[in-house]
Amino acid sequence: MANVTSTAAEPERLQLLRVLGPAHIWALGVGIVLVGEYMGWNFSVGKGGMIAGLIACWVAGLLYTCVAMIDSEVTSTVAAAGGQYAQAKHIVGPLMAFNVGLFLVMAYTMLEAANAITVGFLLDTVAGMQGHSGLNQQPFIILAIMFLAWLNYRGVLATLTFNLVITAVAFVAIITLFIAVQFGASNVPLDFSAITSDPLPYGWVGIVASLHFGLWYYLGIEGTCQAAEEVRSPARSLPYGTMAGIMTLLIAATMTWYVCSGLIPWEYLGQAGTPLFDAARVTGSTSLMVLLFVGTTFATLASANGCINDASRAWFSMGRDRYLPSWFGAVHPVYRTPYRAIVFLVPIALIFALGAPLDQVVTFSILSGLLGYTFMTFNMVMFRNKWPLDTIKRGYVHPFHPLPTIVLLILCSTAYFAVFLGYGTQLSAMMCFYIVASLWFHFRRYQFVRRGDQFTMPWPKPQGY
Amino acid sequence: MDTWNYLEYAAWALSALFGVLMLIDLVRIDTTYDNELLISSREGEIEATAERHEI
Repeated sequence: MANVTSTAAEPERLQLLRVLGPAHIWALGVGIVLVGEYMGWNFSVGKGGMIAGLIACWVAGLLYTCVAMIDSEVTSTVAAAGGQYAQAKHIVGPLMAFNVGLFLVMAYTMLEAANAITVGFLLDTVAGMQGHSGLNQQPFIILAIMFLAWLNYRGVLATLTFNLVITAVAFVAIITLFIAVQFGASNVPLDFSAITSDPLPYGWVGIVASLHFGLWYYLGIEGTCQAAEEVRSPARSLPYGTMAGIMTLLIAATMTWYVCSGLIPWEYLGQAGTPLFDAARVTGSTSLMVLLFVGTTFATLASANGCINDASRAWFSMGRDRYLPSWFGAVHPVYRTPYRAIVFLVPIALIFALGAPLDQVVTFSILSGLLGYTFMTFNMVMFRNKWPLDTIKRGYVHPFHPLPTIVLLILCSTAYFAVFLGYGTQLSAMMCFYIVASLWFHFRRYQFVRRGDQFTMPWPKPQGY
Repeated sequence: MDTWNYLEYAAWALSALFGVLMLIDLVRIDTTYDNELLISSREGEIEATAERHEI
């Protein structure tokens, strides 16, 4: 048995493998998110017009830049699988940690299901273009989930190297489309006249409403820190990978808005299923069309792949700390992956992918993500208060504290309102679910937690304690 | 029956294959290794932890 930790004083232990570098972290973060450039973001244009779509793109970009900065600082210090769950456990407390763990698992599993649904939709579109109507999407949805789960089961290095390649191809496809259109490869010229002729079709409320789908450009970048226990140098690689990831996404998001808004009338763009692919079709270039179809498919698979990786790490970490049955905290002795957590989450993803409509699945994912971002605001304040800069050395210190935290909290509040405008019932149902789960944890589950073992960071005593 | 119909059958078969591969391996590992070893993982530490916390 290779790489098993053992000393004379301690029995042998299985650990996750430390084999990843900054490029894998970039691939994990951008891979999860880039599908949002290929689809979903454009509903923000439908909610408020072209200008609202651009404002949503940049406001959400600001929100996620705050998320990336805050997350980079904390996770460069709390480098453990589970990411924000481990942060909450060390900085806030067990009940918050349990909730954050659930936010993570729900957000990523729902996103994985949404991606699998999209794979089925894409293949149905291609089959339709080839004259085959009524494609049964189910086997392709199931295959996407099963193949990626199997890949995750077999090892993290192969999984995230695969993600690196397909994410890079998807990103290059967006840049290629942008450059090709700029240099006149399109049959249809860029047209931004709607900005002046129809600037805000639904007024200022449209801008607020569009923010809901603006989140789609960047949703999931915080997932980079789930790889903390598998990266060779977490204090360096996690901030590098995360910050490079958010910069990549800001560039890709702005290019995407520019190309799609210039080529496709906003009324159509606001309800398109695959806006970048549709923009490539509008150019009349077959090679661009093929490239963007490949980009769309790869972005979708990369996202689902990263989601399986992250959801399983969060579930595994909770099992390891006895927040869930300890059976889930197992590591594969050969592949060094959290194999039971990976297998357990497969049927849950399948249930949502096969049984729930796409917009509901996406909304539940966004809501769980938003709850996680809200947690980050007070988590950051508590972290700086309990362990000021001169008590713990950080791998990265984010600038202008507490300004990013305040901005993040304001933007999260605005995003809640935006979601409430369209999906108030789902927001309420989600809150009820987390309240019931919290009660279960507090009254039933916490008695099994090994309270002394769960705090693993060798930090000094917090200020004020 | 065209290519897409065959692809549907291939997708079903591959899905079953990946699922069975995972389940067989899971059962094999769980019956081969002691559960205490399998759940022996501890939360990770950053390299050079001692150095990092000496300001």
